[in-house]
Amino acid sequence: MGSGTSTQHHFAFQNAEKAFRAATLIQRWYRRYAARLEMRRHCTWRIFQSIEYAGQQDQVKLHDFFSYLVDHFTPSSNHERDFLNRMFTEKTFPQDAEMEKLSDYESIEVPDSYTGPRLSFPLLPDHATALVEAFRLKQQLHARYVLNLLHETRKHLVQLPNINRVSTCYSEEVTVCGDLHGQLDDLIFIFYKNGLPSPEKAYVFNGDFVDRGKDSVEILMVLFAFMLVYPKEFHLNRGNHEDYMVNLRYGFTKEVMHKYKIHGKKILKILQDVFCWLPLATLVDEKVLILHGGVSDMTDLELLAKLDRHKIVSTLRRKTRKENGKPATTQEKATPPSCAGRPTPWFLPQSRSLPASPLRLVSCGAPRAGRSSSIPCSGPADAEELARRVRRSGDLELDRGRQQAGFPGSRAQGEPLLVTPEADSDADEPPEPTPEEWKQVVDILWSDPMAQEGCKANTVRGGGCYFGPNVTEQLLQKYNLQFLIRSHECKPEGYEFCHSRKVLTIFSASNYYEVGSNRGAYVKLGPALTPYIVQYQANKATHMLTMRQRISRVEESALRSLREKLFAHSSHLLGEFKKHDADKTGFISLSDWAEAVESVLRLGLPWRMLRPQLVSSSMDNTLEYKSWLEGLAKEQLSHENIQSSLLETLYRNRSNLETIFRIIDSDHSGFISLDEFRQTWKLFSSHMNIDITDDCVCDLARSIDFNKDGHIDINEFLEAFRLVEQSCTEGDASDCPQATNTNDSGCSKPGTP
Amino acid sequence: MADDKERGGTEIAVAEYHKKIKEAFEVFDHEANNTVDVREIGTIIRSLGCCPSEGELHDLIAEVEEEEPTGYIRFEKFLPVMTEVLLERRYRPSPEDTLLRAFEVLDPSKRGFLTKEELIKYMTEEGEPFSQEEMEEMLSAAIDPESNSIYYKDYIAMMVVDDS
Repeated sequence: MGSGTSTQHHFAFQNAEKAFRAATLIQRWYRRYAARLEMRRHCTWRIFQSIEYAGQQDQVKLHDFFSYLVDHFTPSSNHERDFLNRMFTEKTFPQDAEMEKLSDYESIEVPDSYTGPRLSFPLLPDHATALVEAFRLKQQLHARYVLNLLHETRKHLVQLPNINRVSTCYSEEVTVCGDLHGQLDDLIFIFYKNGLPSPEKAYVFNGDFVDRGKDSVEILMVLFAFMLVYPKEFHLNRGNHEDYMVNLRYGFTKEVMHKYKIHGKKILKILQDVFCWLPLATLVDEKVLILHGGVSDMTDLELLAKLDRHKIVSTLRRKTRKENGKPATTQEKATPPSCAGRPTPWFLPQSRSLPASPLRLVSCGAPRAGRSSSIPCSGPADAEELARRVRRSGDLELDRGRQQAGFPGSRAQGEPLLVTPEADSDADEPPEPTPEEWKQVVDILWSDPMAQEGCKANTVRGGGCYFGPNVTEQLLQKYNLQFLIRSHECKPEGYEFCHSRKVLTIFSASNYYEVGSNRGAYVKLGPALTPYIVQYQANKATHMLTMRQRISRVEESALRSLREKLFAHSSHLLGEFKKHDADKTGFISLSDWAEAVESVLRLGLPWRMLRPQLVSSSMDNTLEYKSWLEGLAKEQLSHENIQSSLLETLYRNRSNLETIFRIIDSDHSGFISLDEFRQTWKLFSSHMNIDITDDCVCDLARSIDFNKDGHIDINEFLEAFRLVEQSCTEGDASDCPQATNTNDSGCSKPGTP
Repeated sequence: MADDKERGGTEIAVAEYHKKIKEAFEVFDHEANNTVDVREIGTIIRSLGCCPSEGELHDLIAEVEEEEPTGYIRFEKFLPVMTEVLLERRYRPSPEDTLLRAFEVLDPSKRGFLTKEELIKYMTEEGEPFSQEEMEEMLSAAIDPESNSIYYKDYIAMMVVDDS
């Protein structure tokens, strides 16, 4: 009332107001900060995804490369012809007898010094549990037991239908897990948190157990073991990575050969077969359909249930030997041997349907008995060896037919080898999949859901389709289902609903791109079939980090990958930058920078948002682009004496190169000869219009042949350019090679003035 | 002449803003159909450099929403509004020392820190209150675990580094 109190009130009011305003300011400020973190998180995710999917398109590029070879390259010497043939012919697929020999694990001795788990069959639950424990302690299962287990696994799988059926009447709950991709920690965590499999605890693993992560072998062993122990309750679906051709590229083949140097080949061979025998889908209570990728508007569950899934060896390639299942003998024998049918690389995706033509081999100076002598010699054809190396992927019956007809070994040396597929003389062996059957399987293993209605080809993956909500609805209604569970796509939270909760994506590999990048999840279904999701992140370290720190770590990793990619395109970038710098000032605007980068890399990334992290110094919104590119190069180069442009080119094509190398190294020895390396590079670079002379390549190859024995260890080669991930190389600190001086004068250096 | 240059300059600025806005918008356009969930608009606007209060944000959203709100914001409506905001330099963030003074208001005895309880009280009861999630996130980064307090000068410094 008195002036005193009103002043007090006044002050109090002012103070309250000040506090209010201060709080508002801080909150506003904080919210902006949090929003920027959120944006960074999203951008980081985009970086990882765009790089991952861009890699998948490489497979298509490889196909283009080999098509180019077929179209344009005329081998000018026996040497080259042989080399081409080696790329275009296939390894022999062993007959059953040989297959038996391969799985003749009994002859493999296990030394007393072996401290790992020893398996005996039939497996008991304790064995399976012991396996998990052993792997947790980083032990390795002996090859003998691996082969034994695979053998038993195959016997079991053969009896299974294409579509597993699970009922919640018997097991009270069903747990469905998604992609694991070799991440054993996640599998162990799932068992720890959710409990080990048992008659009351059914599990469905929805494909993509292997590739990318470092413990694919161990994951398979555990999954197969539990499947043998609890056949009614433990189910596996095939994923698009359960495919030997995909494995060549994405690391599983490499992992097996690295862990099992002596028996790796055998293991891979059996696995090829085991993968084909994996069921395609699982149905829970006839209501919930679980499959790896998705569906298409043509998905026909009845057809899927009936087809012979074993015929589909790899979803990357379908042999169009016969369009309609009729024997092709008459057709093919009629074709004159001299006419060149297009030789088809056996390992490549067939994005175009090539005409049905038998493989034709020109008589050639084929070398090589076995792989010990890696330098091809131009001696006369060793027909037996050649024949042994001829194989069509998946055409087991073809070989058997051929063998039975006495083709291999019965040819005189030097004669052209006409491979004529016999009629299906062997009743055991099924014919090839029809185009429709093949498409059905590819669709369910490769498709992704999309928000828009309709169904269109999945161009990003190169197989399967994008399916819209109406396609889902149509399928669910047609087969009286409630919803779909699929995997195949990494999600930040480990799971995602779409199509009005009719489709659930479940992804179980946490930290897939990088520690902290995403959670993993699994889903549990009870009798009511209500999905109950559990998330996790199998790395204790990340829990301790604040969100800001987590984002920083993941972001740094994504940026590193992005910088690598930028470096790999330095020459193109320089060209683009120069276009924006008509006056040759050496500077471009940051806006032009963003445009140039997108036009070269085509990753669809928000470059203006990312710019602060990629361009550290810019004045007045302009960038001195040459020094920026040099800065990138400094980060990547570890060997100064190797040409920057060559390195850059190798970087850009490293996945393809690695894949090609592994294909050439057909016996997985880990070595290729200098000659092979040179030839590969020559062919590859002519296709890619890379202007690098032979001399440069020779020098490069020689500098990598550390022990000068004419062989290049593939891993050492890739390591020399830091192309191989740390996890798969043992030991580091390779000595800096005493490289010969690269011949500068003969080589073009794009980008240097 | 100077006018021409200015006009040209503004045109360039507008073109550049358009590109920036498009980029930010597309990050959240998950269905690739030029719409984003209205709940992400705040993130988009803030990552473009603006620092609106929640109230100001609601006003902006009202401007860009459909007549009948659908829960989605279309790019065609968002672009012109956002461009204006950037051209007029609306909702600029306060400089660092203003922020420091704001903390000092809440810390009148000038200890140099706020206790966890004090920060929680102010952030959840005053101004435009934080949600529990926002509070937890801020605490996890700001709090000094040994003393259970927030040394706001350090906190501000850390956030500023991140932001640049």
